[in-house]
Amino acid sequence: MESSRRRFLKLAGISAVGLGTAPALNAFAASGGHDAAQPYVKKGARALRAKQWAMVIDTRRFHSAKDLEPMIEACNKSHNIPTKITNTDHEIKWIWEAEFHHAFPTKASKFLSEEIEHKSFLVLCNHCENPSCVRACPTKATFKRESDGIVLMDFHRCIGCRFCMAACPFGARSFNFRDPRDFIPEDDKNLEFPTRMKGVVEKCNFCAERLAVGKEPACVEASDGAIIFGDLYDPHSHVREVLKENYTIRRKQQLGTEPSVYYIV
Amino acid sequence: MSDKKIIIAGLAIFFVLITFPFWINMGKAANAPELILAPTAQAAMDSGEGCVLPLDEMRANHMQILDLWRHSVVRNAERIYVGADGKEYNMSLSNTCLDCHSNKADFCDRCHNYASVTPYCWDCHIDNPKGE
Repeated sequence: MESSRRRFLKLAGISAVGLGTAPALNAFAASGGHDAAQPYVKKGARALRAKQWAMVIDTRRFHSAKDLEPMIEACNKSHNIPTKITNTDHEIKWIWEAEFHHAFPTKASKFLSEEIEHKSFLVLCNHCENPSCVRACPTKATFKRESDGIVLMDFHRCIGCRFCMAACPFGARSFNFRDPRDFIPEDDKNLEFPTRMKGVVEKCNFCAERLAVGKEPACVEASDGAIIFGDLYDPHSHVREVLKENYTIRRKQQLGTEPSVYYIV
Repeated sequence: MSDKKIIIAGLAIFFVLITFPFWINMGKAANAPELILAPTAQAAMDSGEGCVLPLDEMRANHMQILDLWRHSVVRNAERIYVGADGKEYNMSLSNTCLDCHSNKADFCDRCHNYASVTPYCWDCHIDNPKGE
């Protein structure tokens, strides 16, 4: 054994290469060929799909605040909204009514037609294509969902900092100052949908839970055809057909958030 | 070495104090909780159908599974879980898990209390989805 050190180094080198490749080879072996018995996840068979969900609200069909009630009520019921909160500073709203000069402040001219000036408009989260709330959220609790463009919230991650509320130009977000469970009307509970807890922000979710089982949003269903819902990027969708034929406006469009809720006035 | 007695006495007191939690609780260990399966869950167990994953895995990893389910449902809009046997489940704590395990107090809570964990699932998720 004249060159014992040289031999030792050689052997050590070969062993190191051998040890190093074993995990890599195992990884290759594992990634190839799908094991049929592995559990996996998928979308429901009836789930509605879109690139960007959008809504057109035909305000010509609504004449008073009373006409908007069915939609608001349908939403409140299906999402366990705590409507019994009387303090307006603490109230929770997913969809509500607003006057023209509040809903469309930049479009309200000095002398509006009397009908428009006193009419109630249905407002909700615009599910912007370029949402400012998502940029403000420090925990990624609120995010723009890649699969369908819904601006959604993961309540588990919300720390209640309310940056998103400050960032949203539409006031579409509400903060739970109180435990909402105490303020949900007993008859209006939807036991299939969770409530929220004290200390989280919430807002309209475009009924993601209904879209997943092939149903349109609750407000659309309750609107008797006055709200049209569909894929903004499918040129043959109902929404696009309506947008082609009608002049529509959006809320605070000049801010560049690209709202996905359009209004026929 | 004139302080020998004081030092030994001091050490003895120290030893007694430091081991206080052990000997005060000696022989008082709570028994492992006995879980009661709700009728639907028991039926699935008896028929060999079981839960979404084998019993051992569910016992050890149900919290990670729920976390993955949440991520999949909320972030990826993928709500259906297909088990190893090809059976499909709606990934919902209230509407699927608690549909079988409808006795939260005798099932979830018993272990959670024993292990002294207080998951805040139920602050939002409804614990008796059928309103019984």
